[in-house]
Amino acid sequence: MSDSDNLLPEDEAGPVTEALPLDAWHRAHGARMVEFAGYHMPIQYEGIMAEHLWTRAHAGLFDVSHMGQIGLTGDGLDVALELVLPADISGLKPGQQRYSMLLDDEGGILDDLMVTRRSDDIYMVVNGATKYDDLAWLLDQLPDDITLNLMDEHALLALQGPQAVDALARLVPGVEALFFMQAAGFSWYGHDLWISRSGYTGEDGFEISLTADAAAPFAEALCAMAEVKPIGLGARDSLRLEAGLPLYGHDLDTGVTPVGAGLAFAIPKRRRIEGGFIGHARVSRELAEGAQTVRAGLAIEGRQPAREGARVFAGNADIGHITSGGFAPSLGAPIAMAHIDCSHAVIGSKLSIEVRGKRLDATVTPMPFVPHHYHRQGGKK
Amino acid sequence: MSRYFTEEHEWVDVEGDIGTVGITDYAQGQLGDIVFVELPAEGAKFEKGDDAAVVESVKAASDVYSPVSGEVVEANSAIEEDPALVNSDPEVEGWFFKLRLTDASELDGLMNEAAYQKFVANL
Repeated sequence: MSDSDNLLPEDEAGPVTEALPLDAWHRAHGARMVEFAGYHMPIQYEGIMAEHLWTRAHAGLFDVSHMGQIGLTGDGLDVALELVLPADISGLKPGQQRYSMLLDDEGGILDDLMVTRRSDDIYMVVNGATKYDDLAWLLDQLPDDITLNLMDEHALLALQGPQAVDALARLVPGVEALFFMQAAGFSWYGHDLWISRSGYTGEDGFEISLTADAAAPFAEALCAMAEVKPIGLGARDSLRLEAGLPLYGHDLDTGVTPVGAGLAFAIPKRRRIEGGFIGHARVSRELAEGAQTVRAGLAIEGRQPAREGARVFAGNADIGHITSGGFAPSLGAPIAMAHIDCSHAVIGSKLSIEVRGKRLDATVTPMPFVPHHYHRQGGKK
Repeated sequence: MSRYFTEEHEWVDVEGDIGTVGITDYAQGQLGDIVFVELPAEGAKFEKGDDAAVVESVKAASDVYSPVSGEVVEANSAIEEDPALVNSDPEVEGWFFKLRLTDASELDGLMNEAAYQKFVANL
């Protein structure tokens, strides 16, 4: 096979994999790059297991610049956003961040996201693979008065782990005062930083939005500290799986509702009662009656992992499938998330998973698989 | 004893009519941390290129193909008990299985060490 005849103009060659602001930085730090969500992304540096365990013990730096950062402005923004999000936007205080979802008319999840009120806009972070679809959906649903700004000149970094606060506070004094799901503006050598205390690993940590030109020097300054190493997407996936956090496109999609996904906590009481958001009819029914299929955590006997797509059985009955599965480095055992019939989604239920013609024993287990260590206001973990 | 390599990154050492099969150092590096190995049963018969074993890393499962046709005479239980041995010593202690070759002429289609190193260098 030869690549030499593959010199078509871009529009004839199909979608092109793009480079993110830290592309050269990752390569210089020994990353193995893969194509993900249309971008070249670092899958690992020294190895998934070592990077995973490093993040749980120290601090890991993740580049998540593929994700969509959107700034929304305009008159009537709060009211407009409460149509597309089942969240309390009118009660969202400046610097407060919430987890929410975009729902379709049937209550199916179009994307999951973070939404934060800032002084001049409302800031959303959505998944990389869905960001253009999300923009199209928002443009379609929101009134013309609302302006959407895809901040594609911004990079997004995450610093996660028990030592993240020590490392980041050395560069950006003041971040230590933030609690979980709070955010504020800071600056570093004249570069604006928008920093939230949040993440996707279950550990304490921060997410840092900054302009593309500041990304490499800031990443370099973080990794110059003894606590910090760069971490790839591979460990990001195993960390979030242990933390029981769903991944869009795998554990969540339009066939899954907030109730079935176990994400009803993100819909506050006022919105449940008043409704007024897209998908409310189905969500309201399922809040009252439960969902037929639910997301459950499975602990698997032995050492063999079960991967996405594997069927799950109760006795001989096929009751669902694995949506994310792998080996949990912090537990030394395989774990999985599955969508299964609600009647079997009881903690302690004994199930089996079919992998290459064999059945693996599995037990329905509470999530997170590994306890969260968030820095919550009031000191509760 | 001669060692042969496939383009799928298996190696086979041949002594008499017995071949010992494993995956190369390059392959273990690409797979990353290996957490589980599924080996063939003694007596299993393979044609050249058949799925013979499975290695699972933290991230994904990959097939190991039989580089030659034959019948399995032994599987390496050491890597079932300690899958990380495939990472630490892939080309000696981390072997997968031994088989009795049914067609030694198949070896002619495989690479020697020098050819394999050149093949990997161009990937």
